Amino acid sequence: MYSSKVMDHFMNPRNVGVMENPDGVGEVGNPVCGDIMKIFIRVEENRIVDAKFMTFGCGAAIASSSMATELIKGKTLEEAWEVSNAAVAEALEGLPPVKMHCSVLAEEGIHKAINDYRTKKGLEPWPEERGAHHALHTGEAEEP
Amino acid sequence: MAEERLVYMDHAATTPTDPDVVRAMSPYLTENFGNPSSLYRIAREAREAVELARQKVAAAIGADPAEIYFTSGGTEADNWAIKGVAFANRRKGSHIVTSAIEHHAVLHPCQWLEKQGFPVTYLPVDADGLVNPGDLEKAITDETILVSIMAANNEIGTIQPIAELGRIARERGIYFHTDAVQAIGAVPIDVRAMPIDLLSLSAHKFYGPKGTGALFIRKGVRIDNLLHGGGQERKRRASTENVAGIVGLGRAIERATTDIPGRTARIRALRDRLASGILSTIPHTRLNGHPELRLPNNVNISFRFVEGESMLLLLDSYGVAASTGSACTSGSLEPSHVLMAIGLPHEIAHGSLRLTLGEENTDADVDYVLSVLPKVVSRLREMSPLYHQYREEEKHVQQ
Repeated sequence: MYSSKVMDHFMNPRNVGVMENPDGVGEVGNPVCGDIMKIFIRVEENRIVDAKFMTFGCGAAIASSSMATELIKGKTLEEAWEVSNAAVAEALEGLPPVKMHCSVLAEEGIHKAINDYRTKKGLEPWPEERGAHHALHTGEAEEP
Repeated sequence: MAEERLVYMDHAATTPTDPDVVRAMSPYLTENFGNPSSLYRIAREAREAVELARQKVAAAIGADPAEIYFTSGGTEADNWAIKGVAFANRRKGSHIVTSAIEHHAVLHPCQWLEKQGFPVTYLPVDADGLVNPGDLEKAITDETILVSIMAANNEIGTIQPIAELGRIARERGIYFHTDAVQAIGAVPIDVRAMPIDLLSLSAHKFYGPKGTGALFIRKGVRIDNLLHGGGQERKRRASTENVAGIVGLGRAIERATTDIPGRTARIRALRDRLASGILSTIPHTRLNGHPELRLPNNVNISFRFVEGESMLLLLDSYGVAASTGSACTSGSLEPSHVLMAIGLPHEIAHGSLRLTLGEENTDADVDYVLSVLPKVVSRLREMSPLYHQYREEEKHVQQ
């Protein structure tokens, strides 16, 4: 059911672990849904120089976290903000429809981590599309 | 790390067809291919084979052969029993009682019947997965026409007190159906001695072929047909008989129900070693289902801080085939209704693993699973924010 890319990122996740003293942290999801993603970023001169993640979740959730951290590393905050769930899913060579919410979680995790950084710097947080992942769990998006 | 080895521990999902069963079936796919409804010799031979299989199924559960109807499997048998009894007994009433932990082959027909105007009561279960007979007594009304409670649960393995539950229904003149799909070959069942009016079974759960099952319908039970068409199965179930499948079912059930205690003793010992091995070596685990009243092959354990599907994927990379009640494998986003019904919090239900043993499993298989599972769990826990958070909190408590 998973692409070989998803399996690769699941079996050999990149950037897994806790970052000491991160510049920004984004935690999304909840244990009720069965997936929690925590993304850590280190920022230097408006650029993400390092990213790490911790994830409780299924194969797609772990692979999405791994891919998301890969995609944002080296990007400016503006560029990283534009990394969408579709981009994560595409980089993974597709996700099963019922697993698309894992890539949404990754996008939300990136946004949260960036806004956490901005808030800590005394900057205005950028507007997030709140609860898109939650809506996938409860709304009509549930049945693909 | 990929191993060549295959350790299949998902026998509750399906079993391999026994070679002896395949041998018995084979002539009915080749030379004896006749339609049992036809008149010539190869058709008569097919007819005789179907009737011999019927006798074997009947003997296995203490029924009369005339009370056995072949179906396409457990799902059809469940649908037929529930919808058939509901519509045939409408004048008497419309209320149905079942349990919250039934297989979807029972729950979904019941939910469909609710839309057709049949009220359904879903009995709760206790933390071990048992239906309380007192709850059944309370749920029954003057309108109740059917009680359907499974003999044994497919996920957590809990064996229900069906003799007692059936007696409560019988004393009130209400039909009692049991989905015995998981119980055949594991638990002795005798419909002569037990107050069971309808019973569903499926061949592929006990080393028979897929796509074949049966419904026992006690003589005199009022039930409508589910499939309409030709006059097969004494005009009760239209469709040309799956002759080879039926022959396979007959051979498989004969095998599975001969000396049940002897056949299951070895598997039971493997099960106990597997379960206690996991529970004693991996912390933050719990056994789901009743500790004693459970299927001899069922181990269902929840692992805190990890999610089931990722456990399955890693186990698969080691060649171990298992199952989970996590939402992430079912195509829905809710964890198993059975694990919810026994009161597990969502996050614990998401971390459940079901290992169901079978005849071909060995001591070496159990040793192998006990050697790879701790690695799988600790690897996932290392990347789990829930586990990390737990350990941080533990540190604070100790300081």
